[in-house]
Amino acid sequence: MIRSLPSSKGYTWGFHCFILLYFAFLFAPLLVTCVLAFNNSDFPSLPWYGFSLDWFTSPGPDRVGIFFDEGNLRSIWTSFQTAFFVSILCVVVGTCAAFLFEQEEFPFKNGLYFLMLAPLVIPGVILGISILLGANTAGMFMEDHFGLDLDILRPSFWLVVLGQFSFITTFVCLVVSARLRKFDRSLEEAALNLGANRLEVIWFITLKFLRPAIIGSAAVAFLMSFENFNTTLFLVGSEPTLPINLYLQVRDGSTPVINAVSLLLIVGTSLLALVNLYFTKEKE
Amino acid sequence: MKGSRLIFWLFLAPVLCWLLLLIVLPHMDLLIMSFRTENGFSESVWTLQNYKNFFTEPIYWLTFVRTALYSIITTGLTLVIGLPVAFYIAKIARHKLQGTLSLLLLLPFWVSELVRIYGWMILLRESGVLNFFMLKLGVIHKPIEMLYNDATMIMGLVYTSMLFMVVPLISVMESLDDSLIEAAYDLGASKLVIWKDIIIPHCKPGITSGCIVVFMLALGNYLTPNLMGGKNSLWFTEQIYNQFIASFNWNQGSAFGFLLLLLSSLIIWVGLKLSRQNLGEVAS
Repeated sequence: MIRSLPSSKGYTWGFHCFILLYFAFLFAPLLVTCVLAFNNSDFPSLPWYGFSLDWFTSPGPDRVGIFFDEGNLRSIWTSFQTAFFVSILCVVVGTCAAFLFEQEEFPFKNGLYFLMLAPLVIPGVILGISILLGANTAGMFMEDHFGLDLDILRPSFWLVVLGQFSFITTFVCLVVSARLRKFDRSLEEAALNLGANRLEVIWFITLKFLRPAIIGSAAVAFLMSFENFNTTLFLVGSEPTLPINLYLQVRDGSTPVINAVSLLLIVGTSLLALVNLYFTKEKE
Repeated sequence: MKGSRLIFWLFLAPVLCWLLLLIVLPHMDLLIMSFRTENGFSESVWTLQNYKNFFTEPIYWLTFVRTALYSIITTGLTLVIGLPVAFYIAKIARHKLQGTLSLLLLLPFWVSELVRIYGWMILLRESGVLNFFMLKLGVIHKPIEMLYNDATMIMGLVYTSMLFMVVPLISVMESLDDSLIEAAYDLGASKLVIWKDIIIPHCKPGITSGCIVVFMLALGNYLTPNLMGGKNSLWFTEQIYNQFIASFNWNQGSAFGFLLLLLSSLIIWVGLKLSRQNLGEVAS
């Protein structure tokens, strides 16, 4: 049953097997993707024709490795930029929201808190179409009333940023709030008594205390943005992000260059996840 | 406190902007759009036609019911697989192993969903890795197409949402006192009774939050049904996408979007009522 209780051999053995199978199930698709990135073949499938780095470093024209694949490189760069702006916006607004809900009292606080949680239960696709509609309506309004033609309100880079920001902020807020709840407010009072003003207290004391949570949630925001598909799908303009670009390639038939991109993604995100874990550990 | 009004507004303003401009207004727009249509003179008029279309065209509401049903099946399967895994990590594995296992559990989910689905595609398709090995071993004599059917699609959905079930389950199981299980064991309770009367009741908050998140993710998923499901396995998000991007019928798409939002909110509400929890508890 549990560690401290005896249980039959068969039961324990069965349980171990189940867990082993489960982890095989978890890692099989990733493993096979990585292995096939090095197969010397034009298709991402077996048989194994030998080890090759073509899908990374071949300059073309028959095989274009990822380091020479402009379309994919551009989408990776777009994803980086998107994730960068999304995490900055999310951290700023999410931290504000955490302060607002943890430290301030005001009417309709519960209602607003509930609204803040709403993005957790709105499917990404719905969020995408609502923001597309909202931006479109706003764009028409601007054009009719002020004669302004705003590109930001059409499917574009910035609309993707706004769309991802709209729900990732909630996660940041929850993470920072959890940390803020552990903050000893007598430290603030002490600083106030010593003549600091509220802004200085927040800047020098509270935010210092929150730093691990803020860095951790920024990493999470970055990763969430980097891999987001559902919301982005409806807001993307002429610059596709990596998931959208990969989706189009996977749907229309694929070459092992996708495996190479995936391998880089797997390695990159694992590293970032580990860094994030390190900061979370430090926090505790 | 001097200046604290200013600070309050400094926190409130960005949060209000975020929630009003990116959550409230777009969803109101969604609702309004769903009740509008263009008449013969390309003027926008109020109508119920979009909703009428949904109920009179069997393909629409059948897809809707199918999506809901399959999401429920996915949630159930994820729970059944997730419970023993969580139990193993929280209660059976040795302390040293625990951390490693939880880390291994998390890693694949940081990698984009697209990459993981792509991995399954090269594993399962007709020229895929599994078929290759089964042919080599003589288990089968002709490759089988394992992709593009409902069972594979559900497997994919279970796979992509697994983490969101296992993590809350682990955290509730860790808070379960081992001595309760030991006491039950000493008093002669069978494994089944221990599960039914001690473990499951204790884990109810984790089960609820896991189920809600998994259900919502399955319901709103676009990638997995699209890439792993067959031509006949339509998902409701695909209907929404088709209305928006292919037919450019935003009014009809909005009605579908709103119906999906209604369904997901309703089921989440029922889930919370049944387990007597509120959204705030589940979120934290």
